[in-house]
Amino acid sequence: MTSVADIAAPGAGAGRTGARARRWLRLRAAPVLAVVLGIVALWYAACVPMNVKETLTFAERAGAEVTPASPSERRAMGRWALVAANPGHLGGSFALDRPRLPAPHQVVAELWTTTVETAPTSKRSLVWHGWVTLSATLLGFGIGTALGVLLAVGIVHDRAMDMSVLPWAIASQTIPILAIAPMIIVVLNSIGLQGLIPKALISAYLSFFPVVVSMVAGLRSPAASQMDLMQTYSATPAQVFWTLRLPASVPYLFAALKVGIAAALIGAIVGELPTGASEGLGARLLAGSYYGQTVQIWSALFAAAILAAAMVGTIGALERATLRRMGFAR
Amino acid sequence: MKDTRATEAAIAAADLNLVFQTGDGAVQALKDVNLTVGRGEFVSFIGPSGCGKTTLLRVIAALETPTSGSMSVNGMTPDAARRARAYGYVFQAAGLYPWRTIGGNVRLPLEIMGYPKAEQAERTARVLELVDLAGFEKKYPWQLSGGMQQRASIARALAFDADILLMDEPFGALDEIVRDRLNEELLALWGRTGKTIAFVTHSIPEAVYLSTKIVVMSPRPGRISDVIESPLPAERPLEIRDTPEFIEIAHRVREGLHAGHAA
Repeated sequence: MTSVADIAAPGAGAGRTGARARRWLRLRAAPVLAVVLGIVALWYAACVPMNVKETLTFAERAGAEVTPASPSERRAMGRWALVAANPGHLGGSFALDRPRLPAPHQVVAELWTTTVETAPTSKRSLVWHGWVTLSATLLGFGIGTALGVLLAVGIVHDRAMDMSVLPWAIASQTIPILAIAPMIIVVLNSIGLQGLIPKALISAYLSFFPVVVSMVAGLRSPAASQMDLMQTYSATPAQVFWTLRLPASVPYLFAALKVGIAAALIGAIVGELPTGASEGLGARLLAGSYYGQTVQIWSALFAAAILAAAMVGTIGALERATLRRMGFAR
Repeated sequence: MKDTRATEAAIAAADLNLVFQTGDGAVQALKDVNLTVGRGEFVSFIGPSGCGKTTLLRVIAALETPTSGSMSVNGMTPDAARRARAYGYVFQAAGLYPWRTIGGNVRLPLEIMGYPKAEQAERTARVLELVDLAGFEKKYPWQLSGGMQQRASIARALAFDADILLMDEPFGALDEIVRDRLNEELLALWGRTGKTIAFVTHSIPEAVYLSTKIVVMSPRPGRISDVIESPLPAERPLEIRDTPEFIEIAHRVREGLHAGHAA
């Protein structure tokens, strides 16, 4: 529909970059933007009934006539009924100090003040807390990935490990992490380890699993004829591993790393909950819930989500670059 | 007398039996196979699926171990022959490693066998020239057509200069036009290199066109039902397939296949 106009329009000769940008905007950005706008609209709409009791109390204090007038009667009423009864007093829904559900702009404002306007060295800075969680995540992810790859190599090459390790690995993942995390913290604390290492180990505990499962599949992915071919060369198991199994497993590894790093972040956050830690996104979540600071909780949640997206995105970029370099991509 | 022939032959099988133990019981894959292939011969194994032609090729390559009887390759056991790099094996699927360039794929056996770097490069260039793929060394497999990929896999099998080339339906997945051209090229290559080629196929024209010896096999149990020494001349243009001699041999192969099936 727009293509004819595009060509005819003055400045259409700006070239392919302009056309490509418009195409990207139309095909990729526009749908995402539409969904985001829908969610934000729904979120604002939800703020009104969610916060109606606090909003009316606030309005009453400011001198407004609220129906019904007594707080106990209001407590007995449903949220929708209160909204219907007080259409003129809902203006404060999006500006409460301690809303049930903070409005999007409140969360954005909190994110802004705690990242950009606060020095990263301050304990009030979300960048500081994010870094505390990120360092535990990355260390745990590194440990988990190394452990996962080693276990997979063992499983593929050793029959006894093949029969014994994977069932235990699966069993390890059936235990709720919330149940085992405090025990890891307590046990490690008793031998003098606290802070970064226990959290990293919980991260590793969650992130090794997808790596094991994927790498076993990847190391076994060469076709029977490719294995036969190596045998006709009288290749040693080490040569088969380095020239065939390992390169063949690289696409599988990257798929696992994306799952693993997200799991590692969850592990680090969960690891911050039971310790009463004062640092990290998990600590911010916990402190926020202790003091009814919903804005703080939501901003910590968003910080975690942004961190996860950035890490998965980084691995995705590494994946594309590596696979292209290896000749997989076309 | 028999012993000297065995040492002179490229491939010699005597009373060879191979029984696979499967979940459903024993399956006789090869029964009483006796066969001698002289050096420089082009031998085809033809028969329906399940006749053991691929299994026989795998026994020659020491990828399967016979249950009884003997197999000798270049006068050695198949295992010793493999370690002596007596053969190159070409599979039905080209099976090139997608993460290696064409040159890298051809270099693979040379790397594994520990050839020096300079010799690797020199041999790779030479065999790629031989299969008409010079200039494609730096391309990745996905950039090549199926026929070109199979030529690269033949180059890979030729790279370390084995005397014997074992080919398991190498052109089975290609269309007929490409297959005709590759057949012609393979004959030319055979003429130039003087290698012994053992070639598994289920195409009668392909077997007759290529071979100096056609081994007709039949299934359940897998056995040799006929061995035909081809009277066709060494020089074979594609048109030879329309000559009465060619049609007569093809007819005999078909009879052999039919008889084996009825038995």
